[in-house]
Amino acid sequence: MTAVAAHTDHHDDHHHAPHGLKRWLFSTNHKDIGTLYLWFSFAMFMVGGLMALVIRAELMYPGLQVVDPEFFNQMTTVHGLVMVFGAVMPATVGLANWMIPLMIGAPDMALPRMNNWSFWILPFAFTILISAVLMSAFGEGNPSAPNFGWTFYAPLSTKYGPASTDLFILSVHMMGISSIMGAINVIVTVLNMRAPGMTMMKMPLFVWTWLITAFLLVAVMPVLAGAVTMMLTDRHFGTSFFSAAGGGDPVLFQHIFWFFGHPEVYIMILPSFGIVSAIIPTFARKHLFGYASMVYATASIALLSFVVWAHHMFTVGMPLAGTLFFMYMTMLISVPTGVKVFNWVATMWRGSITFELPMKWALAFVVLFTCGGLSGLMLAMTPVDFQYHDTYFVVAHFHYVLVSGAIFSIFAAAYYWLPKWSGVMPNTFLGELHFWNSLLSVNLLFFPMHFVGLAGMPRRYADYALQFADYNYWVSIGAFWFGLSQILFVIVCVLCAMKKGQKAPAAPWEGAEGLEWTVPSPAPFHTFDTPPVVK
Amino acid sequence: MSEQGLEQRNQRTVRKLVLGAIAMFGFAFAMVPIYDVICDITGLNGKTSSTAADGAVELDEDRLITVQFVTVSGEGMVWDFKPQVRSIKVHPGEITQVNFTVKNPADSTIIGQAIPSVTPGLAAPHLLKTQCFCFNNQTLAAGGEAEMPMIFYLDPALPKHINTVTLSYTMFDVTERVMANEDKLAAR
Repeated sequence: MTAVAAHTDHHDDHHHAPHGLKRWLFSTNHKDIGTLYLWFSFAMFMVGGLMALVIRAELMYPGLQVVDPEFFNQMTTVHGLVMVFGAVMPATVGLANWMIPLMIGAPDMALPRMNNWSFWILPFAFTILISAVLMSAFGEGNPSAPNFGWTFYAPLSTKYGPASTDLFILSVHMMGISSIMGAINVIVTVLNMRAPGMTMMKMPLFVWTWLITAFLLVAVMPVLAGAVTMMLTDRHFGTSFFSAAGGGDPVLFQHIFWFFGHPEVYIMILPSFGIVSAIIPTFARKHLFGYASMVYATASIALLSFVVWAHHMFTVGMPLAGTLFFMYMTMLISVPTGVKVFNWVATMWRGSITFELPMKWALAFVVLFTCGGLSGLMLAMTPVDFQYHDTYFVVAHFHYVLVSGAIFSIFAAAYYWLPKWSGVMPNTFLGELHFWNSLLSVNLLFFPMHFVGLAGMPRRYADYALQFADYNYWVSIGAFWFGLSQILFVIVCVLCAMKKGQKAPAAPWEGAEGLEWTVPSPAPFHTFDTPPVVK
Repeated sequence: MSEQGLEQRNQRTVRKLVLGAIAMFGFAFAMVPIYDVICDITGLNGKTSSTAADGAVELDEDRLITVQFVTVSGEGMVWDFKPQVRSIKVHPGEITQVNFTVKNPADSTIIGQAIPSVTPGLAAPHLLKTQCFCFNNQTLAAGGEAEMPMIFYLDPALPKHINTVTLSYTMFDVTERVMANEDKLAAR
């Protein structure tokens, strides 16, 4: 797609680079900030994962054994918040920071100081949120952490919310500001900083999907900020946005929340589409099939995401016309998504495929994400949604698209670009173990949830009826297996960070194309000071 | 392209995006009145109008609709709040009065506000009231008792498939809220 003129430059300004803690605290370098984002999101992934294991430990057997239901509710709530805002989103922002300037031939992000700020807000935001959990677990009198589910429906979060709801509100505000700044940075970089000859329709698909993601972020994160602001004033300043007693309406909360919430789903998955669209052509040794249709499909998914929000609330009592509209619009999304899956498969068709680690993860992504997409189509049908609503079927659906979807693609990206980031190849033996263990355990973990969901097991309860016991036992086994498998990935990453392993050449993957493979591995502190020429 | 030009272009793009973000923050708040207006027009959330209707309407004697009355107490509300009849049959256009009784067993004055909700929601815009205790908040002294009238009629344009309409009132304790407002007014 992009042929690159020879680009050699040597930098001796490494010794100007700051060292130690200051290097990371005050960094304005897109690679350092990308690294910070990636390590932070990995840490949050482990924290959120521990909470998931508390949930699964409790649900392993019927009855109450490990935690009381009150703490269980706090675990489901904070697990969701940490994974969505702390793991998946910062991981994709980290990838954007590292890769977008390298992919478009820019020396850095357009707004390096803001970049520093948008990262360093996050540790504070999550310290505030997680402090609520620590106080609940160990504090005097165990004051409750947020316990109303990650969707924080009013009036559960307003009138009935614990005192720590205010910590939650502050923390969400900070995450929102961080995301908006990150998104603005990406848009400005992509629009203004491309190397000469890098036209919009020559950009790698990862850059395209992130550009569209960034527009979604700028559009909906402020709506989330509005929702939590209304919660705050309802709780403390006498307004009644969501309180029926004062003339407000709790259902309004759901509309505002899901107007943010549905585009948010695509914010988490669109960068994954970009990652997979980079990896599959590399290892199939063919150009991406239907590049332009991929761009248009991504844009139409983003636009449609604004008119489907009420499919999360079919059961609130909407008139028939409303449910039909949202049902058809939701089903329409499967068309551009289907275009994408078709294009990935067509890219592999008659390619010379090899199955290196990134390709394995990408293939697992395509299959398992499609599985999650199909259960999404089932949920989109209003009449059957009345049966599935708030059951484990929904939990299975969104974990298939988020864990074996978004997170698998982030693993794929890590194995694909780690040679460029660290200068050494990720350990293949550990990587293979990590892949096969994750692949098998993730299905043991989430597939049976479909069955218990269809059989009527509701989500968000610390206990369940006896007939669900066997499935839940195996689900919990899968959860612990999946959780322990991730320790392998910690080792892979630490080995790479310590430069232990086979040295990586500038272009370690045979079929890979793109500007990022024209710079040495590890990528020097400064790259593309002189813009490359893209033909 | 010069360094200066890039800086300016970046700033222009940033300004547009920041404005966009601020506008979307405003949009979140604009959704509140938009939601109210849409609900008012369509009756989506089952709310009836909070202003009195004029009562000028034709009688449709061919249809007989069952209207059921349900009362609920909001959290912490101690009033004993009941309809005198649970269910009546009316012709569309027939102006009917029903009474609700309310007792305050507490030993302090309580101010209550009733919030109506109609099921099915599509019937809500067609249930019109010429007089209702829910239009204003109600004050009951300690141990007080009252009979509260509600005069309503069904608009003959009520969709043909609807034969039963349920009107539910939730009574909320708004004493603190009202007192706080009065304190604010007095302070001014």
